[in-house]
Amino acid sequence: MAISGTALVLFLILHMVGNLKIFFGAEAFDHYAHWLREIGAPLLPHSGFLWIQRVGLLVALGLHIWSAAVLTIRARKARPVKYAHRKPVQGSYAARTMRWGGVIVFFFVVYHILDLTTRTFNPVADPAQANAAIVQGFAPGRWYVTAFYVLAVVTLGFHLRHGIWSGLQTLGVSNARRERVLKATAFAVAFVTCAGFLAVPFAVLTGLVK
Amino acid sequence: MSLKLRIWRQADAQDKGSMVTYQLQNVSPDMSFLEMLDVLNERLTLDGEDPVAFDHDCREGICGMCSLVINGIPHGPEKATTTCQLHMRHFTDGQTIDIEPWRAAAFPVVKDLVVDRRAFDKIIQAGGYISAPTGSAPDAHASPVPKADADAAFEAATCIGCGACVAACPNGSGMLFTAAKITHLGLMPQGQPERHTRVIDMINAHDEAGFGGCTNTGECTSVCPKGIPLETIARLNKDYRQALRAAS
Ligand code: HEM
Ligand code: SF4
Ligand code: FES
Repeated sequence: MAISGTALVLFLILHMVGNLKIFFGAEAFDHYAHWLREIGAPLLPHSGFLWIQRVGLLVALGLHIWSAAVLTIRARKARPVKYAHRKPVQGSYAARTMRWGGVIVFFFVVYHILDLTTRTFNPVADPAQANAAIVQGFAPGRWYVTAFYVLAVVTLGFHLRHGIWSGLQTLGVSNARRERVLKATAFAVAFVTCAGFLAVPFAVLTGLVK
Repeated sequence: MSLKLRIWRQADAQDKGSMVTYQLQNVSPDMSFLEMLDVLNERLTLDGEDPVAFDHDCREGICGMCSLVINGIPHGPEKATTTCQLHMRHFTDGQTIDIEPWRAAAFPVVKDLVVDRRAFDKIIQAGGYISAPTGSAPDAHASPVPKADADAAFEAATCIGCGACVAACPNGSGMLFTAAKITHLGLMPQGQPERHTRVIDMINAHDEAGFGGCTNTGECTSVCPKGIPLETIARLNKDYRQALRAAS
């Protein structure tokens, strides 16, 4: 859970920072999208790096979901009779929504790939036109796309807030003195990642990015 | 005070069980929670009914026998307090109080509110000990221990094995109990020889007993009557990681 999660978090941070390239203009963003396909050239073929990354992410995601399923099945078996009166005493909202939150984020990832990678659901089919795909994809007329995107990113923020701290605890990095700092760090990373991802559709809606 | 009690009644391990409602009058706010149940049981006995079975022994917060989930919280609403040390003044006149047993596959109900906690003994038997030559007690300062370590080890050693951590955990995990023992022994020089085998064996025994896996929700530490900190679980994880590395 913690190891596969670390790989996914690192990817998310890089992806979020990369997306902010859109604020440098359409040309810079399209160039960035093109560059992603040429990383490692001529050693790697066209899109070679992307495919390596995709395989790595698929393995990490698979392991992450598999561990989550094992934990969920064990938890179900460990409490066959439910409480008639149950009150969460301390556990944060984030900690309690890890499982369903994870499922929402998973469906979003599937949709996201069909939208902006394969362009199945996107009005712009040309893969070289990354900026246009974003601007037209998040156009005000397609508000439901933006609404789903915001919901998924906020859910992801909650998932990260508990997940990052929990991973550090599982890896044995935490201790009494570090606990507060690590929890604050997890919150900060979750907040910044969330804000970074949300900046793009809101910039399109307000006309900041054309 | 007068109270409406909704109590889990279950004749034996095979019985399905259900919540049964009782009205109780003339409860003194100075009674402990268990004394309040004694009053109910006296009345049930006089009425020729089966009294409510619940676990208790010391009634002074040190044995770890008392084990009630009160209004959804193991050991009730007071922080760092066992059920036997909880007093009725923390409840209000006319209140409805739900009383349930610990709910975990590893802690099957024996009768009513009594559960079988021998699964904890299996975890301790797997590694919660040190090997030391017997004989007369060693000199007090034969093996010096830094004060900070001694204090942290003592804090972990105050675990009374009540099982509230399991009862509160959404995963039904016994990791806080296991981690308390790992921390207690791992901080002392006497605990070093078995440090690696201890953590592996205790975690295996924990998993085999049917407890769930820890996801660091922190419910356990907030209900623990001894305030065993979540930090102990990080220490257990670190020991586990080092033990796996040493084994490979
Ligand atoms: C067959 C004889 C003995 C039996 C059955 C016996 C039984 C017990 C029991 C059941 C306790 C736990 C009581 C409690 O904490 O509530 C205890 C504690 C204690 N016993 Fe014994 N005992 C015996 C002999 C002795 C002897 C000979 C000594 C003194 C040399 C001794 C010294 C103590 C002390 C100091 C404690 C308190 C230990 C502590 O609280 O950590 N006992 N004993
Ligand atoms: S860790 Fe706390 S709640 Fe768990 S068994 Fe020990 S004393 Fe009870
Ligand atoms: S009866 Fe001993 S701790 Fe409550």
